[in-house]
Amino acid sequence: MIPEIGHFALILALCVAVVQGSLPIYGAAVGNAALMSVAKPAARGQFILVLLAFCCLGYAFAVKDFSVLYVAATSNSHLPLHYRLAAIWGAHEGSLLLWTFILTVWMVAVTFFSEHLPEAMRARILGVMGLVSLGFLLFMLTVSNPFERLIPAAADGRDLNPLLQDPGMVMHPPMLYMGYVGFSVAFAFAIAALLGGNLDAAWARWSRPWTTAAWCFLTVGIALGSGWAYYELGWGGWWFWDPVENASFMPWLAGTALMHSLAVTDKRGGFKVWTVLLAILAFSLSLVGTFLVRSGVLTSVHAFATDPKRGLFILVFLAIVIGGSLVLYAWRAPRVGLGGGFDMVSREAMLLGNNVLLVAALGSVFLGTLYPLFLDAMGLGKISVGPPYFDTVFVPLMTPAIFLMGIGPLAQWKKASLPDLARRLRWAFGASVVTALLLPFVLGKWTPLLSLGLLLASWVVTTAAVNVWERVSRLVDTSVMSALVTLPRAYWGMVVAHCGIAVFIVGVTMVKGFEVEQDLRMNVGETSTIGGYTFRFDGVQNIKGPNYTAARGMFHVSQGGHDVTDMFPEKRHYPVQNQAMTEAAIDTGLLRDLYVSLGEPLPGGAWSVRLYHKPFIDWIWGGCLIMALGGVLAMTDRRYRLAGRREESLVSDLPRPVGPEVS
Amino acid sequence: MKRFLLPLAIFVVVVGFLGIGLTLNPREVPSPLVGKPAPEFALPQLHDPQQMLSLQDLRGKVWLLNFWASWCGGCKEEHPVLMQLAKNGEVPIYGMDYKDRRDEGVAWLRRWGNPYSVIAVDESGRVGINYGVYGVPETYVIDKAGVIRYKQIGPLDESILDKKIMPLVRELQQQ
Repeated sequence: MIPEIGHFALILALCVAVVQGSLPIYGAAVGNAALMSVAKPAARGQFILVLLAFCCLGYAFAVKDFSVLYVAATSNSHLPLHYRLAAIWGAHEGSLLLWTFILTVWMVAVTFFSEHLPEAMRARILGVMGLVSLGFLLFMLTVSNPFERLIPAAADGRDLNPLLQDPGMVMHPPMLYMGYVGFSVAFAFAIAALLGGNLDAAWARWSRPWTTAAWCFLTVGIALGSGWAYYELGWGGWWFWDPVENASFMPWLAGTALMHSLAVTDKRGGFKVWTVLLAILAFSLSLVGTFLVRSGVLTSVHAFATDPKRGLFILVFLAIVIGGSLVLYAWRAPRVGLGGGFDMVSREAMLLGNNVLLVAALGSVFLGTLYPLFLDAMGLGKISVGPPYFDTVFVPLMTPAIFLMGIGPLAQWKKASLPDLARRLRWAFGASVVTALLLPFVLGKWTPLLSLGLLLASWVVTTAAVNVWERVSRLVDTSVMSALVTLPRAYWGMVVAHCGIAVFIVGVTMVKGFEVEQDLRMNVGETSTIGGYTFRFDGVQNIKGPNYTAARGMFHVSQGGHDVTDMFPEKRHYPVQNQAMTEAAIDTGLLRDLYVSLGEPLPGGAWSVRLYHKPFIDWIWGGCLIMALGGVLAMTDRRYRLAGRREESLVSDLPRPVGPEVS
Repeated sequence: MKRFLLPLAIFVVVVGFLGIGLTLNPREVPSPLVGKPAPEFALPQLHDPQQMLSLQDLRGKVWLLNFWASWCGGCKEEHPVLMQLAKNGEVPIYGMDYKDRRDEGVAWLRRWGNPYSVIAVDESGRVGINYGVYGVPETYVIDKAGVIRYKQIGPLDESILDKKIMPLVRELQQQ
């Protein structure tokens, strides 16, 4: 009964989406206030209905209702409750429900934080989001219904893929989807502005906090996924350039470019057409990502159930949504005037340069991901494009981007002077070069990539320090502390996010440069030393988990005679899916991770064992979290909240600082 | 107007390819090299760089040449199939470690097992170019006279092995 209620709620939500996607947009076109006012209640109603469906599916999992096909396929009576609930998004149908649910969450958020928007704008935004949700609801109800019954019911379920039975996997998809789907808001703003013909600075200012919010979620989501791959796949790698990973990375690149482009549109009224295109691109790539992951056109190490019929549906949906918006773009964009002009050396030019580099990086990831598919479509063969390609194209593109990232925030809008910039940045540059040249020797070895990584990281940090110092010293009447507090949060957001990039670069550079790996055969009682840490193998015991059995290795780790920790890597066996899983043991530290994973048992009681010493690896994810924190600071800036309360009257009153300022 | 249509045009092309991609079985493709003599090579071996492996060493037997790399996901996928094949010993498998780092290749084999009789290292990918390798993994069946008889692009699986490769190998071994 409960699953039928969920199914029915989805059908009702579809009806509401039809209304929400048509009447308000039409009302905005003809200026009918009654029709426009339908948008808000419709969006909230849709949210309630999808929430109801979501809860019904959750209930079916909680009570182990194996007469629901999806529940039987992705859970098992021995699966603990928290993983049964996470199994809601453990496979295709439920992921879509989660996607749609998150879309309605964003819609409701828009209804609450859009009081300051003109009625027509809000009607169009919610209308566009309603249309997107219409597509997803149709998709679920036609080819991937999570509430489909299994009659007769299964005696027990087929269990959740053991790879997904992990806390990281519980949080990763919701975060990622919050990001993916969050770009639908920026997309809806862009389409609404194209429809209404009011592509202006106000539109950009309204879009900015939404875009930043989505970007933060996406950043955290990608970091969680990468962390999950690190400790769950048991290879000790953290990024594989796998199609599924690329599918989440491409919207991130587009979103990063969009945030910066929006800043220019907001502050200077420039880049309008480009910004709109990026907004369309970011959301389109989120949809393309869904298509790639769900349709099975690309093979991936991430094993997802795939089905060509669903692929066709998503493709048609893609063609309508993206094709439609690009047609609208081609029709409307030529009428949008250009913004203010700017010099070759100016903050606009540098932001534009960075945008172009980000989009080029995006293009190369896109090509690398789809190139196998293109070749296949032309009958030329099936290949996998590996990390050698991505590493080769990515570093040269990101190096100038990060160099510009240091200068951009210090350059003046419209026209900056190169000699002036060089003078202000000479200490930052000198300090970075010295660090890059000398630090590797202190650390013990010098390689070009190591040096380059350290150069870029210290460049970002030192230029940020120069920037903060200049801003503080300009506020003459106040003490340093109170000056630091007076600087707007959006400014701090930028500084923090950029420093997050530096932390990330340090992590990547140090891991690539100094990680030590050992594959070896260990007898009980034997020791091995890597990176100054001595690992003693104390044997293996058999243990039993709720839905698996495992061999649990015991390792004692010491450093210079002092005990450091005990580590317990496991080799698990999940009987329902007859799958073996390597559960690595990781000792996390600020400056290094120790990583032990069990291989296979060898004759004579020995085991093959993998030991890693990974310096600074947690800085990779730490950097991502710092970036996201910067985003949170930026979007909670006072000007958006003020703007939220009294938009019209305040726009002209807001202080417009001169010279280098927030972006 | 024209430049504003450009994104749309690019998108239409992409959708076209995605649409064709949906209809394809991504695993099967013929190769122009089938029926031609296998390109010559002489490369250092993975486990002992002093030793060379060349095409001439392999004259007179039927063998499989498998291009792989430690960075390649598909290679991991087909690896159990190769291990099984190596265990029954019906046909020798020679590995070509493609655009890979020697230490990583060795570590990968130690981790997952080594199905290969001998492995050569194609560090620069030159030999891969001569063989028309699109990407790894790829597997070639080469006969006693050194002629390529079959090319598998992408990971091997049980059914390809049982239905195509092994019958062909047996037939070639009879000759």
